[in-house]
Amino acid sequence: MAIQTTSRPAPAARRQDYNLGDILHKGVVYALLIGLSLLFLFPFFWMILSALKPEHQIYRWPPQWFPDPIQWSNFADVFSNPYLPFQVFIKNTLILEVGMITGRLISCTLVAYGFARLEAPGRDLIFGILLATLMLPGAVLLIPRFILFSQMGWINTFNPLIVPAWFGEAYAIFLMRQFFRTIPKELEESAIVDGANRLQVIFRIIVPLSIPVLTVIGILSFKDIWNDFMGPLLYLNEISKYTVAVGLAYLNGQFDTQMNLLMAASVTLMMPTLILFFIAQRAFVEGITMTGLKG
Amino acid sequence: MAVSSSIQLRKPFWTTKRREAAIFYLMVAPWVIGFLVFTLGPILFSLYVSFTQWSMLSEPAWVGLENYRNILQDPDIGHSLAITAKYSLASVPLRLVVALFLAILLNEATIAVGLFRTAFYLPGVVASVSVAVLWQWIFNPRFGPFNAALKLFGIQGPSWFSDPNWAIWGLVIMSAWGVGGEMLIFLAGLKGIPQTLYEAAEIDGAGRLQRFLRITLPILSPTIFFNLVMSVIGSFQTFDSAFVISTARAGAIGSPLKSTLFYMLYLYQNAFSFLKMGYAAAMAWVLFIVIVSITYLINRTSNRWVFYG
Repeated sequence: MAIQTTSRPAPAARRQDYNLGDILHKGVVYALLIGLSLLFLFPFFWMILSALKPEHQIYRWPPQWFPDPIQWSNFADVFSNPYLPFQVFIKNTLILEVGMITGRLISCTLVAYGFARLEAPGRDLIFGILLATLMLPGAVLLIPRFILFSQMGWINTFNPLIVPAWFGEAYAIFLMRQFFRTIPKELEESAIVDGANRLQVIFRIIVPLSIPVLTVIGILSFKDIWNDFMGPLLYLNEISKYTVAVGLAYLNGQFDTQMNLLMAASVTLMMPTLILFFIAQRAFVEGITMTGLKG
Repeated sequence: MAVSSSIQLRKPFWTTKRREAAIFYLMVAPWVIGFLVFTLGPILFSLYVSFTQWSMLSEPAWVGLENYRNILQDPDIGHSLAITAKYSLASVPLRLVVALFLAILLNEATIAVGLFRTAFYLPGVVASVSVAVLWQWIFNPRFGPFNAALKLFGIQGPSWFSDPNWAIWGLVIMSAWGVGGEMLIFLAGLKGIPQTLYEAAEIDGAGRLQRFLRITLPILSPTIFFNLVMSVIGSFQTFDSAFVISTARAGAIGSPLKSTLFYMLYLYQNAFSFLKMGYAAAMAWVLFIVIVSITYLINRTSNRWVFYG
């Protein structure tokens, strides 16, 4: 043993492996990474600076970089606009979040468990159809769904957005099924021998073991619902029903909008997804790479 | 005891197998019902509507192929398809190159990788409406930093979103900012390439460029293919950013001068401004056919450049 360790090259000798080209290469890589990440972050930086400026400083040429004085009241002003009540938009969006995420998690868990564990004639065919729906472009469903919901008298309610979520979502079902199949079957079999029924198996064994995948689906859903524009735009046409995305687009479309307030509103409405991203970065990244969803 | 044995003799209807199947059907019922009501039903109905004239105020009137004939003659259809194709041709390759480049840089780095990855991915989690609102301000011809930066190089920047010749290029540049998702998928692909391949190539005297062309690109080609197909499908359905920017500038969809009248915007306009539901439904089917054909063509060429190891 002792002989072997002494015959190994000392760390000092290994350092010679790094030649000038490698050092140069690393230098270029980090220079590019720093430069590009600053470039990618710059719009956020500019937005925050603009959100803190008094109005006259925002329209100055050449651009004034730093706000003087820092006008925090811009954020309060966003929420005191009687024509565009952003606190109501936030509340509406949160109603959708809770209603849709709850529905999606419950229904997708049941459906995915069925596909993952139970045998029945036609199972693979149904699963094939489920996968096929993933390839269908949203445009084809846009108009008939609007007509369907308007015939049902659901326009200007949250139903067109919440109710379908309770019937499962193909991506989430697919993802959960893949995950459930990795859970050892023996765990369930012993529970069934002890007299548990399938629902008990799902909620006592499968769900606790599937927290990672449920978190990923919950987080991606939160972001998608918060960011969704077309759905609320189509189905909600009263200001009191708007979501944050529609409210922001509406504020943006007003001719007398003050840019600093518009930026303050943008900063505020970006915060939940950004904070969520920081807290759950790993789950986010895993979710993207796991599903191939583009976020 | 006697009761249970007599049941067994009659061969019960509810065998274990049947019970399991029944539970299966019960469990997947939500999705099956949802599929029939919210997907299959609407698809069939949309096909029917596309052969009618319908403003939703009266009953749909059957007009046969008229909507499809009108689509062929409508100059705005050709125009909006051309804009959408132009946007895709510019934005998809740009996004793929940027995403791959960032992923390669991240893959080479060892220090503060999480920090850099976050910086590049962050724009991808922001709502498309927020992105559009923000970039409108970045591209503001008089007060925005983009043209200020161009001025440093002595370039007089265009008016971007208020100039019909430049509005679409503004959207293309904007789209490259949100490549975080594709970048992560590339990064996952790069992480899957065995390091030993590079080491062997290096011993054989292959330079960096050669290693990239001979090892990285071929092994990554399925990932590139996936991102390419998803990006093309997505870009043909561009709506949010163009809607927000064009309606904010002049209050009209696709403004200025219809220069950002993407296909989906024109479809939306036909359905919800002009209330031509039949025409818009036919448009959706035409888009569907266009997307399927393009995906098919990409797929056909893929065996020449996609290598599955």
